[in-house]
Amino acid sequence: MTYPENLRYTKEHEWTLAEGDEATIGITYHAQKELGDIVYVDLPKVGAKIEQGKTLGSVESVKAVSDIYSPISGEVVAVNEALTSEPEKLNEDPHGAAWLIKVRMSMPDQIKNLLSAQEYQDYVGAES
Amino acid sequence: MVDFGGWDMPVQYSGLVDEHQTVRRSVGLFDVSHMGEIEVHGPEALKLVDYVSTNAASKLKVGQAHYSGLLYEHGGFVDDILVHKVADDSFFLCVNASNQEKDFEHICGQNQFDCVVELASDRYAQLAVQGPNARDTLQKLTPVDLSGIRYYWFVDGVVSGTPARIAHTGYTGEDGFEIYVAPAEAPRIWNEILAAGEEFGIKPCGLGARNTLRLEAKMALYGHEIHASINPFEADLGWIVKMDKPDFVGRQALARSQQAGVTRKLIGFEMRGRGIGRDGYEVLLDGQPAGWVTSGSPSPTLGKNIGLCYLPVAEAKPGRKIEIVVRNQPVEAETVETPFYKRPK
Repeated sequence: MTYPENLRYTKEHEWTLAEGDEATIGITYHAQKELGDIVYVDLPKVGAKIEQGKTLGSVESVKAVSDIYSPISGEVVAVNEALTSEPEKLNEDPHGAAWLIKVRMSMPDQIKNLLSAQEYQDYVGAES
Repeated sequence: MVDFGGWDMPVQYSGLVDEHQTVRRSVGLFDVSHMGEIEVHGPEALKLVDYVSTNAASKLKVGQAHYSGLLYEHGGFVDDILVHKVADDSFFLCVNASNQEKDFEHICGQNQFDCVVELASDRYAQLAVQGPNARDTLQKLTPVDLSGIRYYWFVDGVVSGTPARIAHTGYTGEDGFEIYVAPAEAPRIWNEILAAGEEFGIKPCGLGARNTLRLEAKMALYGHEIHASINPFEADLGWIVKMDKPDFVGRQALARSQQAGVTRKLIGFEMRGRGIGRDGYEVLLDGQPAGWVTSGSPSPTLGKNIGLCYLPVAEAKPGRKIEIVVRNQPVEAETVETPFYKRPK
């Protein structure tokens, strides 16, 4: 797996794509692979405030339920509703179509605290 | 990979659901070498085994196995085990990995008989070949006629040229075999079983699929459905308790429990609302806390979210509306008949 260079990553296996003061948040390929077959995704509503390092929702696979931690702080401006009916998309395209939420960042500088693709790659190690 | 009682074990290979369905439809291979083995040898081996376990070991014939319980004096579970009668003076117990030292000490502590107890786990690796094509897969590797081994019987024979104990047992609710071999031979035999099952689409299976398969078949998992504070009647395992056999550890407590009646009982449920009731989640009846979930998961075979829970005995019957508290939200569920899955005969 090669992690996209334009995303920033957390050690809790979320990714962020910043564009202006907006950011898209998702979970990584590694996260979905560890979780296995994903059956539910619980996400905040539009308008909700989220905070860097705090739980923003959860993702549940056949095996277990895991919290999703927010990579950045801000206000939710869009939620990927398609994941409610098709959570398995998270297993198929975690870095693309299966993004979770879009956020208007309150502290865009927080992006700088996140890992680069190379740093994240080194963190998760080699994987197929 | 996860650390499981000191063993580095895969939760999944190709994917939990894929592995699960491969076992239901064809054949899967599990490395369950973490399981513990305890041997009891000597003229009074039967007396000890019968005294420490709940099922009637005296009814076993040589070459036969059964499921049984090891209990404390107070009637709670030390462990659940498989007892194999190897010879009149020799028994082979398959026990849970994380309980093996505790089991061994417990059995030794009750040994007032003319026999020797040995923790033999280092001498055995265990592979489970499970699914409708398990027999045809394993048959290619052994001269033993597998169709001649009845369910819950075993044969000491040869697999891939190596001595093996071949037991017609399993923990998946599917037909299959569990084989015990010398650890040094296990990697080679693992590969040979995968090659033999290739025409059936055999897949290696991990702990995740093992758990969902056993849950659908309503087989208990130590630490979940059963533990030191649960007795067999509560766990709906009265069938492994033979109160009419000679005295055994826990018998007095069970007699009292039987006389007074149990207060709680294990019952299956299906989620009706959106969510999965998982181990430890609270169960509500009419909005009030009434019990707890012991295991819960999506059922790949049924396409529903299923689970097991303890409820007050009067309520532990199918058709009761309950709620399960999933991350602080009560979610509707209903108690149902078990097992959730029974293999077609």
